Amino acid sequence: MTDATSPSETPAAAGTATGRPQSPFRRAMVKLWYDRAAMIAASVLVAIVITCLLAPVYAKYVSGTDPFRSSLSAKIMIDGKRVPVMAPSTEGLGLGVTPIGPTFGAKYMLGADTQGRDVAARLLYGGRNSLLIAGAATLVCLFFATLIGVTSGFFGGATDVVLSRFLDVLWAFPVYLLAISLSIILIAQGLTIGPFTIESGSLLLPIGIIGVIYVPYVARPVRGQVIALKRSEFVLASIGLGIPRWRILFFDILPNVTTTLIVFVPLMMALNIVTESALSFLSIGVQPPDASWGTIIQEGQGLLYNRPMVSVAPGIAIVITVLALNILGDGVRDAFDPRSKLRPR
Amino acid sequence: MTPSKATPLLEARELSKRYMVGKTFMPGSGRAVHAVDKVSLSVWAGETVGLVGESGSGKSTLGRCLTRLYDISGGQLLYEGEDISEATARELLPIRRKMQMIFQDPSASLNPRRRVRDMLAEPLAVHKIRPRNEIGDRLAELMGLVGLPVEYLDRYPHEFSGGQRQRIGIARALAMEPQLIVADEPVSALDVSVQAQVVNLFADLRERLNLTYVFIAHDLGVVRQVSTRVVVMYLGTIVEMGETESLFAAPAHPYTRALLSAIPRLSASGERIVLEGDLPSPLDPPKGCVFSTRCPLATDLCRNERPKLTAGANGRSVACHTPLAS
Repeated sequence: MTDATSPSETPAAAGTATGRPQSPFRRAMVKLWYDRAAMIAASVLVAIVITCLLAPVYAKYVSGTDPFRSSLSAKIMIDGKRVPVMAPSTEGLGLGVTPIGPTFGAKYMLGADTQGRDVAARLLYGGRNSLLIAGAATLVCLFFATLIGVTSGFFGGATDVVLSRFLDVLWAFPVYLLAISLSIILIAQGLTIGPFTIESGSLLLPIGIIGVIYVPYVARPVRGQVIALKRSEFVLASIGLGIPRWRILFFDILPNVTTTLIVFVPLMMALNIVTESALSFLSIGVQPPDASWGTIIQEGQGLLYNRPMVSVAPGIAIVITVLALNILGDGVRDAFDPRSKLRPR
Repeated sequence: MTPSKATPLLEARELSKRYMVGKTFMPGSGRAVHAVDKVSLSVWAGETVGLVGESGSGKSTLGRCLTRLYDISGGQLLYEGEDISEATARELLPIRRKMQMIFQDPSASLNPRRRVRDMLAEPLAVHKIRPRNEIGDRLAELMGLVGLPVEYLDRYPHEFSGGQRQRIGIARALAMEPQLIVADEPVSALDVSVQAQVVNLFADLRERLNLTYVFIAHDLGVVRQVSTRVVVMYLGTIVEMGETESLFAAPAHPYTRALLSAIPRLSASGERIVLEGDLPSPLDPPKGCVFSTRCPLATDLCRNERPKLTAGANGRSVACHTPLAS
């Protein structure tokens, strides 16, 4: 008797209205789509990215200033009066100048910094760099983490011992200590590898540094997962079918690791934005005249009492972005990690 | 069951599987666990060998050693007389085509990220069992064999019920056109109503494809239904084996008797023999007979000397100093 479908054996996913087969990836995406918090966070992120990408448009057509050149003697019109961007200080001994505060108009919406540059325009340019560095560093990190984690877990033996100890060494350094040491050396001298030279001001340096320092944090769980997958029954089944090792690696192991990697993307991105800001704040990340949210906070330090907006604005930008990434990250984990089924809804 | 040839299809000679536990960098540290301890077993073409025993008796490990999914630590394994105990992955390829495994948990033994089509087509393509243009037809044929509609080929494992998944697992094993299938508790993860259907499918496929089975199970009812011969395992060793009906009618080993008395029956006849204690740790097996710690009939001889599995009349073998009279 080989009757196909008795009532107790109807497809588990009979609820799929279209009847189209759903891959686990599609199913997770659908689940994510209906996660309201994650979708709000995603919209906020999209808005932030688009706004930052429009930085040159804003600088040229709205504020009309060059955010990278100091304009100490510029004057702008406010309420029909010409107001200097850098007003002579009337406080204390009357020495020095105070940059203009937030006008909430087109020009100098968030005020000017110590060099008379438009903070709003710099915020957008800075955001571009912050997001670019964090995103690229995430890719660098995931690439190396996957390479090391999968190699180590899949081949085991001596390979595993060597790679795991290497990760341990990297792990043993406090993250910021490692990042700061690397940055101080590399940003002072630039980096020369064979015929290629990376100049000291290049964004590739912070991308590489931030990407590398978090590799153990991703590589370890990836390695663990590969080892678990290697012992799974479906891999045993493939071995029993005489499937070559490389096919097992590419068709059985890697597709099942991608879930973990996807879950890591928003979380690493959030971590990287904070790290980048910290390094730039310490002047060992993005180099002037380039901006990032970290450098703007640092430049605003001296103005904290008179013009707090210079430091507060990028601070708020960081908080919103990181918060949104973490909320999205939670949603992505719930959607992609099968174990999330065990959690209360 | 009459053996069709002089050589058994699969033969294990004193096959052992040891694991080291507590091993550190220090040489000589760690202790060996004998998951399977010197098991000798022949499987003849056409028969269905039921392998029974409680959890931890080593029956699944033995199944995985027989298919060389695990490396074996001692003894020999022969397929059609050819020694495959040390064969490398490459040397095993022709054997793998003849001997397939079906797993207990069908949701764990199917890759959740692959369509059924890809899973079934992979062995066909890798081993060039069918030319590329015939693979589609063969897939439809395989689905027909296990009683699933062809449209299901494009689905992912999560879209099936447990019984359907196990059918896919069976189809994947059949893709290799094997002679021998080692089924490791293939129905114990399924609902009782579905179990019967899958058991019937096994019986049906045996007739149609001339298959030989090693059927591992802890459900004695299922074993009695499918097997021609039953092998009873306890703590990594075989304690008794024999023809199904005669073994069920008159168990010779006290453990077999206790095991059979545990089958729920409607009639009140036959007293249930309840064993005291648990399976001893394979780390520290009893010195004498493996069953001596729980055997109601154990003597000093049982506690000090391990009985050998000795063949008796009508193909019955028992490892007991004081076998029960039939």
